[in-house]
Amino acid sequence: MIELDAVGKTYPGAAAPAVTSLDLVVTTGEIVALVGPSGCGKTTTLKMINRLIEPSRGTIRVAGRDIGSVPGPELRRGIGYVIQHTGLFPHRTIAENIATVPRMLGWERGTIARRIGELVELMGLDPAIGTRYPAELSGGQRQRVGVARALAADPPVLLMDEPFGAVDPILRSRLQDELLALQRRLHKTIVLVTHDIDEAIKVADRVAILNIGGVLEQYAPPGELLRAPANAFVEDFLGADRGIKRLSLIRIAEVPLEAGPVVAPGAGAAEVAEAMRRYGVDWFGVVSGSDLLGWAWGSEAPSGAGGVALRPFEVRLQGADTLRDALDTAITGRTLVAPVFDGERYLGMLTVDAISRQVIG
Amino acid sequence: MVAAKVGDMIEFLGDLAAWFASSWDGDTGYLMRIWEHVTVSGAALLAAVAVALPLGAWFGHTGRGGMLVTSMVNVGRALPSFGIVALALPITIRLADALPVIDSGLGFLPTFVALFALAAPPVFINTHAGIRGVDPDTVEAARGMGIDGRRVLTTIELPMAAAVIMYGIRVTAVQIVATAPLGALVAYGGLGRFIIDGFAVRDSVQIAAGAILVALLAVATDIGFSRLERRVVPKGITPTRKGGNIAGDVMVDPARAQWSRAVKPIHREE
Amino acid sequence: MIARPFIDWGWIVDHLDEIRDRIGEHLALTAIALGIGLIIALVLALAGLRVPRALPPITWTAGVLYTIPSLALFAFLVPITGFTTLTAEIGLVSYTLLILIRSIVTGIQGIDPAVTEAARGMGYSPRRMLWEIELPLALPVIVAGVRLAAVTTVGLVTVTALIGLGGVGFFILRGLNRFFDTEIVLGTALSVMLAMILDAALVGIERVLTPWSRRRSAT
Repeated sequence: MIELDAVGKTYPGAAAPAVTSLDLVVTTGEIVALVGPSGCGKTTTLKMINRLIEPSRGTIRVAGRDIGSVPGPELRRGIGYVIQHTGLFPHRTIAENIATVPRMLGWERGTIARRIGELVELMGLDPAIGTRYPAELSGGQRQRVGVARALAADPPVLLMDEPFGAVDPILRSRLQDELLALQRRLHKTIVLVTHDIDEAIKVADRVAILNIGGVLEQYAPPGELLRAPANAFVEDFLGADRGIKRLSLIRIAEVPLEAGPVVAPGAGAAEVAEAMRRYGVDWFGVVSGSDLLGWAWGSEAPSGAGGVALRPFEVRLQGADTLRDALDTAITGRTLVAPVFDGERYLGMLTVDAISRQVIG
Repeated sequence: MVAAKVGDMIEFLGDLAAWFASSWDGDTGYLMRIWEHVTVSGAALLAAVAVALPLGAWFGHTGRGGMLVTSMVNVGRALPSFGIVALALPITIRLADALPVIDSGLGFLPTFVALFALAAPPVFINTHAGIRGVDPDTVEAARGMGIDGRRVLTTIELPMAAAVIMYGIRVTAVQIVATAPLGALVAYGGLGRFIIDGFAVRDSVQIAAGAILVALLAVATDIGFSRLERRVVPKGITPTRKGGNIAGDVMVDPARAQWSRAVKPIHREE
Repeated sequence: MIARPFIDWGWIVDHLDEIRDRIGEHLALTAIALGIGLIIALVLALAGLRVPRALPPITWTAGVLYTIPSLALFAFLVPITGFTTLTAEIGLVSYTLLILIRSIVTGIQGIDPAVTEAARGMGYSPRRMLWEIELPLALPVIVAGVRLAAVTTVGLVTVTALIGLGGVGFFILRGLNRFFDTEIVLGTALSVMLAMILDAALVGIERVLTPWSRRRSAT
């Protein structure tokens, strides 16, 4: 969908090119994140795609068309654009903001109104928001309106420049989840610039790691990046906690679970001792049917599980959660395991050992 | 046709040069008129500073007088200087009638009163604003070190506000020099005589000569006071042409004020 | 000597027609100066924004015009353009330029760069951006400049009495010449009132034109 062919940019008066010569292909329907340190040219690269910055060399094709042959304003009306500070027009209502591009494209009034309604609903916004002004909205609402405005004319390509850079971590995480949910429905081709490697790993299908001067160090899916960094620069950029980052890419449903040191409610002392011995632990759990009732120390049950006061497992992980969540649960609990459920039904548990085997293996 | 125009122009400039060469001497010569202009302007400015600067400093220091400043700004902007000069006349005439000490309610007195009335508010407003604009952290730190109220004003606030205060005085001085010609309407001398009398007898040469002298004096005042400003303002303080917003104040001559609306920097990698 | 009253109300009542005419003249002189000043300032400010190198000489020239004392400026012009409305308007317009140019330039420069970047990113052409985004958003600052220029101009119009015009300033001059206090007070008071009314009117216009700046605070 987007092809960069030996693209470079040298700013007038600059000693070194911001981007030397970059080849990059973004296929239809994927999210690509451009990451790298300050001065790596990631924003320059993004803005060359919609010609907010004119490339000094090379060609860029969007949907097979050389963008150099399209006037800048016309090109940009066909590409969605989202920026960090949203850039909503403060003198226009939310509805008018969203209608910006459709109106420039000369859509009919009724069509525009319908489209605004769709987008407000798609972004999970209150329909009454349409008549308000940006200054009356919260940061999260403004960010959502910014995305709605970029999507208004249904462009196949969306460029996002640090879209969640100016919001607090909790909101950022929620907006990232929303973007992923949105993408599952819309299948846009999205290029996203971020300085946050965790964000790139979380939302992108492929990550392009750029070095100073727009040098592409590695271009790979997040899992591959974390498993096999191409060189020392990438390894360094990914950080020391690369292993833990990898865990966040693996869903619990993808890995085998263990039964754990569990016994039935009426189990005798020998049965309890055997369960604990098998796992090399000094506690045991009690399962009744598909219900995990809780756990107790072995020393509290000298005569078997019957009548012992059980402590509950606080966190109930699901298959869609990641191994990073599982690790977090395991190391913060007394039992050092993460029990996994399907709804309320107990499926099995993950030990710290089992989790770490996923990273090593 | 064009040649005739150019000819007229050259003739006019010749007349002007002749005027400057011949009219400098005596009681009605332009040296005398400059002297009259400077004395009434200087007297009015000194009086205005003597009254308004301490008041502005004190109100600024205590944080009072905000309302006063606001209304002074509004009224000061709307009052035409021509009207102030004219209004001074009936007042000084009545004063002269009431107090035998004053021998005339015409001439110097109404001009002085008008220029004083014109000058005091902006000096007050700028001093007030300058003191209020001092970084409260600095004042807090000074107090924390045990410097008491009045010494905070003299050793911290006034030096830090010097740039704004001096700027106000400079702009006021220029304004006084520019308005003093209207004194000719209330029977004072000064450079306004040439313009006003020239208007009356439709003498273009005299009008133009007066205009040139007034303009030069205004520019000289501006330059002189900006030199003074540089000397008075402590080194570490940026000599701001500072002004609030553009809805602005009489105080800070809006025309010269640097509009200090901060423009958000775009912090991007490039 | 008999204490004379400052204001002779009877005289005012007798001269209502003349007062009305002079107010009309005053408003006309002011409106023409503001209108022409705004057009010239707009052209120069936009030129200066488009070609940044042209901006310092433009503001410098406007600054020089502003610094020349008003009476001196009228006096300079009289030998050339005579005792005419043209003389008055050239002087009055010169005084509005600096204030108006500055307000337009700062108004547009003060716009959040994210807004203009987003507009460009969505395909706004420079001209469309100017009319639909930049000027509307700069409006509060521009109106502030227009208000200041309007109030200043109303005051300056009184000075044009010396070249035979003056609006309500005519009364001030005639009062001075005849030692008639009523006219001095009347002329000054009318000038102040006109300035304040015009200022209030411009505030009203601004409120109508910028509905977005009235509503604030996030939900």
